[in-house]
Amino acid sequence: MPTVVPVLAVLLLAPALGAVLLCAVPASRADWARRIAVAATSVSLALAVWIVFDYDRATGGYQYEVLIPWVRPLGIGFHLGVDGMSAVLVLLHALCSFTGVLISYAIKERVKEYYIFYLLLITGVFGVFTSLDLFFFYFFYEMAVIPMYPLIGIWGSDVKEHGVVRFSKEYAAMKLTIYLTAGAVLALTGLLWLYVSSGAGTFDVVALQHHLSAFPLDARRQAMIFPLLAVGFGVIAPLWPFHSWSPIGHAAAPSAVSMLHAGVLMKLGSYAIIRLAMGLLPDGAVMWLPWVAALCTMNIIYGGLVAMAQKDLKLIIGYSSSSHMGYVLLGIAALTPLALDGAVLLMFAHGLMTALAFALVGHVYDETHTRYLPELGGLGKSLPFIATCGVIAAMASSSLPGFGNFVAELLVILGSWDRYPLQAILAVLGIVITSVYMLRMVRGTFFGTLPQTFTHAQDAQTFFARLPYLVLVAVLLLVGCWPRPLIRLIDVSARPFISTFAHPEAIRMATTTSSQPR
Amino acid sequence: MVTGFPVALAAWTLLLAPLAAAAGIPLLGLHRKRLSASLAIGGLLVPFACACWLLLHTLQGSLHLPLEVKVSWLLLPDLAIPFGVLIDPLSLLMSLIVTGVGSAIFIYSTGYMAHDSGYSRYFTMLSLFAFSMLTIVLANNWLELFIGWELVGFCSYALIGHWFEKPQAADAGKKAFLVNRVADFGFMLGILALWAHSSPLAAERTLNYQLLQTRLPSLLQSGWLSHETLVLTGLLIFCGVLGKSAQMPLHVWLPDAMEGPTPVSALIHAATMVAAGVYMLCRNFWLFQGAPAVLETIAWVGGATAFFSAALAVVEPDLKRILAYSTLSQLGYMVMAVGLGGHVAGMYHLTTHAFFKALLFLAAGSVIHGTRRQNIRELGGLRRSMPWTSATFFIGALALCGFPALSGFFSKDEILVLAHEHNALLYWIGSVTAGLTAFYATRAWCVAFLGQAPEHLHAHESPPVMLIPLVLLSVLSIVGGYLGIPAFLGEPAGAFHWDVAATSLAAIATGAGLAWLIYRRKAIAAEAIARRCAWLHRLLVNRYFFDDVYTWYVEQVQQRLIAGACALFERFIIIGLAVNGLAWLTQLAGRAIRRVQTGRVQGYVLGFCCGIIALLYLAGRF
Repeated sequence: MPTVVPVLAVLLLAPALGAVLLCAVPASRADWARRIAVAATSVSLALAVWIVFDYDRATGGYQYEVLIPWVRPLGIGFHLGVDGMSAVLVLLHALCSFTGVLISYAIKERVKEYYIFYLLLITGVFGVFTSLDLFFFYFFYEMAVIPMYPLIGIWGSDVKEHGVVRFSKEYAAMKLTIYLTAGAVLALTGLLWLYVSSGAGTFDVVALQHHLSAFPLDARRQAMIFPLLAVGFGVIAPLWPFHSWSPIGHAAAPSAVSMLHAGVLMKLGSYAIIRLAMGLLPDGAVMWLPWVAALCTMNIIYGGLVAMAQKDLKLIIGYSSSSHMGYVLLGIAALTPLALDGAVLLMFAHGLMTALAFALVGHVYDETHTRYLPELGGLGKSLPFIATCGVIAAMASSSLPGFGNFVAELLVILGSWDRYPLQAILAVLGIVITSVYMLRMVRGTFFGTLPQTFTHAQDAQTFFARLPYLVLVAVLLLVGCWPRPLIRLIDVSARPFISTFAHPEAIRMATTTSSQPR
Repeated sequence: MVTGFPVALAAWTLLLAPLAAAAGIPLLGLHRKRLSASLAIGGLLVPFACACWLLLHTLQGSLHLPLEVKVSWLLLPDLAIPFGVLIDPLSLLMSLIVTGVGSAIFIYSTGYMAHDSGYSRYFTMLSLFAFSMLTIVLANNWLELFIGWELVGFCSYALIGHWFEKPQAADAGKKAFLVNRVADFGFMLGILALWAHSSPLAAERTLNYQLLQTRLPSLLQSGWLSHETLVLTGLLIFCGVLGKSAQMPLHVWLPDAMEGPTPVSALIHAATMVAAGVYMLCRNFWLFQGAPAVLETIAWVGGATAFFSAALAVVEPDLKRILAYSTLSQLGYMVMAVGLGGHVAGMYHLTTHAFFKALLFLAAGSVIHGTRRQNIRELGGLRRSMPWTSATFFIGALALCGFPALSGFFSKDEILVLAHEHNALLYWIGSVTAGLTAFYATRAWCVAFLGQAPEHLHAHESPPVMLIPLVLLSVLSIVGGYLGIPAFLGEPAGAFHWDVAATSLAAIATGAGLAWLIYRRKAIAAEAIARRCAWLHRLLVNRYFFDDVYTWYVEQVQQRLIAGACALFERFIIIGLAVNGLAWLTQLAGRAIRRVQTGRVQGYVLGFCCGIIALLYLAGRF
């Protein structure tokens, strides 16, 4: 559809431009740096909201496309566009980065450099969600991963137990970067293999998909390439057992980075699996997704149980994220419209919920200088606003009705019930496990008697300090109470997407003949 | 004839007014106490008026029930979930209880909580609770019911833990929520199974009550829903009742829930929320009707809960906990009634119980308010210092015992008649429980209200704002049996059975008489009995060791063994062995290969020569 302003390009360039502008700001003017970051993310947020309202549900498909050919002989071009699914994720990222920039006001040292890296990270994630070209997809993907290294290494904090360092922030930063890059390289191998074997001579996702639907790739070849993409992107999703970078990374990163990290970065993996691995290799997906469905129950149950045993607040939420991303993967693996709707909605809802949780933990840490559960308690007395938000986050995470998470997990469970009944039952059990560790965390942090040392802890008092929390809570509630518009937006793209897959009977035959777990 | 807009408006207001109050209080300012209370009370009186208006028109015959209004909450080609209001005699009766008894308790709360620092938070949660409870009551489909079901659980959590600085209160709230979550695991699976079997066509699946009810016979006939599946589904759904209505073995959260403010105990943990399970069974009786095995299980669980909880109340010294065990026991009666096929009898007892148990709790609250004590052994002689409270408590206790002509007598009689017809053993259990009920009620009355006041007890009567609700509920507890409730639900009360009434009266008289002898006349020493039956006493004082077993399971098995093992596996196998092991191998390989880079030319030449020889050898072989 023709638009006067290339909305997506502006949305993507605003944070990048902010980063460039910041380079020119003197390091002593931290207030300028903050304002520029707020302005840049506000522009993106406003455009993301506008896209979600304006996206033409009747037509569907990719909209707001921008196409600038670049390296013609190789078929590389700067191609942007969003469909219903990516529009929702763009909104998620815009919300998380806007609130993240506000939460970053707590950062007091090297503010300018911090915001430069932070805005680069934001640009990278926007790029992944909007790119329709494999080359740029990969480019932005790496752009989202690399800034994590300095962000954690410089502004992060060590994970301590009884005051003894368990993981240093340097260890966490290095592990995360190497792990994610290794995954990305695996995926890159798959993408190049796919590029070569398709014979289409283009990196353009839309053109490639078109070509592949006319001249499908040999099923055996698809079966060989799919695992490279699924595992490569699965590392960041994070698919069990490749998840161990994430809780440590969350725990060591500064709060605002954890917000983006758990809120959005993890969703890059599942998004890439949907858009590239499944979109380009449907037969490979049909063959391999039962394995994903089997592994994701490990995410859900095992991740939840490990979260139950943690004592560092950020590690609890970190493992909880890895557990809940299991629902997303289950929703993807089920290959039904309902489950995919649920998966995408859960990416959205979980992203907001986990961003909220990390922001809260950040505040608690700033006030008490500890995240160690046995040392905390009774903070509801001195931090009533933060405690209220903490209870809300815990309830959203345990998918209480009224929050988007409930609708999303419900859709995932309903949608996967027919194909994976056992996994669906375990997914329901996962909700019980979630409420166990979430309530344990709330009880240990906010309830009980307030230790003498924490009586001076300050609540978020001004409206501006409360704004990021209020935004996240409000959107979570809005989506939970009235989910219809957002689900409709997702469904517009998810339903045709799923219908391109082989008929369920064929899937069942494929899964039984290749003797894979059901 | 009233139809159309006014009716729809009344129906929606009935459901949504408390939600508006719950949203309004935090938005308009948490510091304004009067405003908070007025909003909350107004947000419940308006729905009460709506319910009364609907009732009036129904009784006049100018409104035809059932009536339904709805909007679609989720709308996809293969899933349509409406959010609606279904009003029929059953839901109308229940919403009258919720809004009517609720209003009395809200008003009482303004006095009870007057000096509380979390006043507005309290009323916000109370309003949210009213909305959630009305969602359960007025739902027209299973998912909407489940939404309300979970939300009342949350409100209960927040209100039990209202005084969250107190570790016991915080723990009790958590326990209540988690026990209910465990139960809801089964409930959710039951709903899922029902949905999956609601139609052979994926696109026509539904969770709508009325649709399911009409489809059920054909589903069973076509074999899409086998009888075994129906039984399994029924049992899974009943799991939800085990949690919400605190039936054995998941009853453990309710006594602990008494850590919350007393009006909360009256509203949530006596009159409404804990009765939601019974209401759900009555609402969907059509589902259980087809599965006698499920009904039988339900009846036995109810009977067991009724008897065993009543026995616990006999040794309990805490006034509120006595009432909590009593609530468990009375809920057991209701569940048993439904299990015996008498959903109307169950609803009848639910109604009268809501009156007299809310009354008893509010009276107990008045005692706590006036004396700052709740252990009956530290109380005494309240009859003189708190005359109004004592009089209303006495009326409530009489109604609870099933004293003739009071409301409890009629509804309990209905249940016992039912048991008499269907199951002799349950009938005797029910009758003995009636005796136990009279015993613990008389015990509480004698110890706390009669006799001499202990020294240092400065009791004072509560303010009128607390006494007026007590009086209103007393009136309801007295006349509740004459309101024609069974007839309103479409099943007029059966003929009076003299033999059943006589037996239960004998049981009541025995129980009350024994308690009078022990605690008033002191003719028999309570300690002597405890010593004589030491094992029984120990069993009761330790609440049949349920809590100990569960605590052991949660702390040792779940937290330490299962979660601990997973955490160790994560730390040492996944992180330690797999990930760091790989990193270590990489480093090792690097170190090994570094050895080759010595910088000595001789070494490189040697390697070069070896390479040449190897290549020549290979070339020679091919």
